[in-house]
Amino acid sequence: MPTLTEAPPPLAPGAPESKPPKRRGRFTPYWLLLPGILWLVVFFALPMIYQASTSVQTGSLEQGYKVTWHFATYWDALSAYWPQFVRSVLYAGTATILCLLLGYPLAYLIAFRAGRWKNLIMILVIAPFFTSFLIRTLAWKTILADGGPVVGAFNTLHVLDVTNWLGMTAGDRVLATPLAVVCGLTYNFLPFMILPLYTSLERIDGRLHEAAGDLYARPWTTFRKVTFPLSMPGVVSGTLLTFIPAAGDYVNADLLGSTDTRMVGNVIQTQFLRVLDYPTAAALSFILMAAILLMVTLYIRRSGTEDLV
Amino acid sequence: MPFVNWLKRNLVVLAGLLTLSYLLLPNVVVTVFSFNKPKGRFNYEWQQFSLDAWKDPCGVSGLCGSLSLSLQIAVWATLGATLLGTLIAFALVRYRFRARGAVNSLIFLPMAMPEVVMAASLLTLFLNMGAQLGFWTILIAHIMFCLSFVVTAVKARVMSMDPKLEEAARDLYAGPFQTFVRVTLPIAAPGIAAGALLAFALSFDDFIITNFNAGSTVTFPMFVWGSAQRGTPVQINVIGTTMFVVAVLFVLVSMVAGNRRNRQKA
Amino acid sequence: MTNKTDPSGDVRLTGIAKTYGSFTAVHPLDLTVPQGSFFALLGASGCGKTTTLRMIAGLEEPSAGTVFLGDQDVTALPPYKRPVNTVFQSYALFPHLDIFENVAFGLRRRGWKSVKKQVEEMLELVQLGEQARKKPHQLSGGQQQRVAVARALINHPKVLLLDEPLGALDLKLRRQMQLELKRIQTEVGITFVHVTHDQEEAMTMADTVAVMNAGRVEQLGAPTELYENPRTTFVANFLGTSNFIEAEVDSKSGEEIVLKAGGGKLVLPEARCSAPAGTGGKVLVGVRPEKISLTHADDAGEIPEGRNRITGRIADSSFIGVSTQYVVDSPVCSDFEVYAQNIDRDPRLVPGAEVVLHWNPAHTFGLDAAQDADAGVEEAA
Repeated sequence: MPTLTEAPPPLAPGAPESKPPKRRGRFTPYWLLLPGILWLVVFFALPMIYQASTSVQTGSLEQGYKVTWHFATYWDALSAYWPQFVRSVLYAGTATILCLLLGYPLAYLIAFRAGRWKNLIMILVIAPFFTSFLIRTLAWKTILADGGPVVGAFNTLHVLDVTNWLGMTAGDRVLATPLAVVCGLTYNFLPFMILPLYTSLERIDGRLHEAAGDLYARPWTTFRKVTFPLSMPGVVSGTLLTFIPAAGDYVNADLLGSTDTRMVGNVIQTQFLRVLDYPTAAALSFILMAAILLMVTLYIRRSGTEDLV
Repeated sequence: MPFVNWLKRNLVVLAGLLTLSYLLLPNVVVTVFSFNKPKGRFNYEWQQFSLDAWKDPCGVSGLCGSLSLSLQIAVWATLGATLLGTLIAFALVRYRFRARGAVNSLIFLPMAMPEVVMAASLLTLFLNMGAQLGFWTILIAHIMFCLSFVVTAVKARVMSMDPKLEEAARDLYAGPFQTFVRVTLPIAAPGIAAGALLAFALSFDDFIITNFNAGSTVTFPMFVWGSAQRGTPVQINVIGTTMFVVAVLFVLVSMVAGNRRNRQKA
Repeated sequence: MTNKTDPSGDVRLTGIAKTYGSFTAVHPLDLTVPQGSFFALLGASGCGKTTTLRMIAGLEEPSAGTVFLGDQDVTALPPYKRPVNTVFQSYALFPHLDIFENVAFGLRRRGWKSVKKQVEEMLELVQLGEQARKKPHQLSGGQQQRVAVARALINHPKVLLLDEPLGALDLKLRRQMQLELKRIQTEVGITFVHVTHDQEEAMTMADTVAVMNAGRVEQLGAPTELYENPRTTFVANFLGTSNFIEAEVDSKSGEEIVLKAGGGKLVLPEARCSAPAGTGGKVLVGVRPEKISLTHADDAGEIPEGRNRITGRIADSSFIGVSTQYVVDSPVCSDFEVYAQNIDRDPRLVPGAEVVLHWNPAHTFGLDAAQDADAGVEEAA
């Protein structure tokens, strides 16, 4: 007969019932990982190292480059192109905030208010993805054309007065101004904001709204105290998915902007593909990567969300 | 004030619909301007209605060649990324192994990296190796940046899959291979399909990374980019419109079919 | 207990154990389930009953010990080579296959070409002939449960393992399915090993119940045996409710032990005492609430001789319908529970009334006083 003097063991952290099935074959996971991880190591990680090495090389295209640990390239690149860096952060930041402001109502609409239109709206949000984004970006040239209806309306509503004062536009043009670039960035990355927002909103139990209402919260208070905090994971991953590609983008600045709206992406592209000054381009690219990784890390720390995707 | 109350209640709906129209406006413009007959080389101002471009979509030299090249690359990149990504996703969900953290970061980083950085560094590698830029370098690059997205999509599906299903299969006389083919794969299929679809869209539409690593090869996005400098043919809008319509129809048809299948069985 | 005629359906576990790191899920365990019996492993969650079941199925590798099916050692066989099938908790029906294909799965994997007749017969047995072409999510919980049973039984396993198969059903359906499963078991005559945390379910369905706690079998026996004569406080509390009085052995006379508790004396048949009962030793005296009669203190003289009796005051009473449940405060035990059938209700039995509790000594059981009298109370909730 078993004795009962022993204390019952504590429940194991992963109770036996919930453990994943144990497989025989210790090396199986490594075989599964091998091809894909090798691909990423060779074509993603290794290039980063090559790029780091290139950034401290000197030489010329004709005589070839050598690693000379010439860190001055970084200093030169920064002092020559700091306005482009600042612009990248400013434009991408503005576009991210606009995406959040514009995307939230739509994500909310799809999650809670769309009823039987939900799937259709969802399709309409995703479908533009399947038309080349360059073609769609070019369409903004038509929409924002000088003397067009949009610019006319902005003029009448004195929107341009405000944006002129903010330095976002100049005169009665929208095209080839920072506003046009920000508008294009916002447009291009909006779905990347809407989808994560929708995912986290959809997870919220609708009864929470009723419970909040039952506990004397007005709709706006319900939103501030219940809905928005619960959607934070979506807000965090949405802002990251918008900000990161926007900060590195050069297509919008090139198609919709002017030489005064060049972002750091434009500089890297020109240095690499036209000027063929590889060390400077590599240094710029490295700085951009480091800056973004730093910002992302700080942002994730502050918002306290560890699970991103 | 019934109107004010109505407005208050539906403010979020109105704002959402406004955003939706902002998202769709360019597609409307692309469609409308596919019926334009522009003066000069650029198709930015409305002149007059014409079906010319629709009658001759390949009428611009290089356009349809670049389109077919993009399709080819997208198909191969999708196959490659889906295969490699699915294997990784299964390893991540189903096995415990060392270096899990490192593998996860290696999957995450390409998605958190601006495209221009990946593009530039990959070009440095190719230049250092003396590789000939063209179809293969584009394909390599596309598989690289699609991989992470496939892993994420498949992982989500496999994680939500009840491990008891595989146990049930093994209990019902299915060996490891049979279990995988008869149970695991069919149930993971929607996740794999979603990953593949995403990979296709990303690859087909990629410009930045391709632009760095294509050499003199011209994909469809690169053709559009070039035409933005030299002059935009109306045919671009025709292709853009067709792609949009095909995508919407594809999704609608698969949804309707799915609904009908469910209703028949019910 | 072994059925000598055909031992091939016996399940024999010898010294089987399972550890995860430093945590022992199942302590070395010997267990024999005879061919054709309906056997229940009963215990709270985390007690090791599911792990034991999974080791029989081959889904879990034992850390030590052997699993025999009949005379065959199957310890090293993977699940798909064992003549054993499982009905999983929450069923684990394949969502991408219809009911027919779910049921046919095992036969097809063993290379059967024509399965139509077998599957149709099986679906008839579980009364789901009409639903063959539906997908699992289109069925109700009870129907899904029957599919799970059919999918396992069609393979004619030597042993059918059921892992909390009724846990997801509501009370009424659960009762119905209990009878249904019992009927099927009688009909097919296969050994059933059933894991559950519901003591009523185990007692209704099984011929033999093994009560598990903290990775060990506390007691094994027929349901009535376990209920009437529990040998540990855990079993006494986990199966139904028990009252315990701490008592001291006074003397032994014939087959009876006389005990001192408070001021009074209690009689306990020696055969029903699982504790060592030397004179002066401590014993936990147990009695089930429904065995006790309540008499108002004024009528104490009318109680027949020879019954165990203690005095107390009613602290609380609640009317349940078929019975009234009293909580009695007694000097030997606070919170003494008494269930009285509502035949002739004495209107004086209200909270505050002084009462005498008395019962037939044959219903008393004695347990080792070294254990916690409340073991198993939480788990049984």
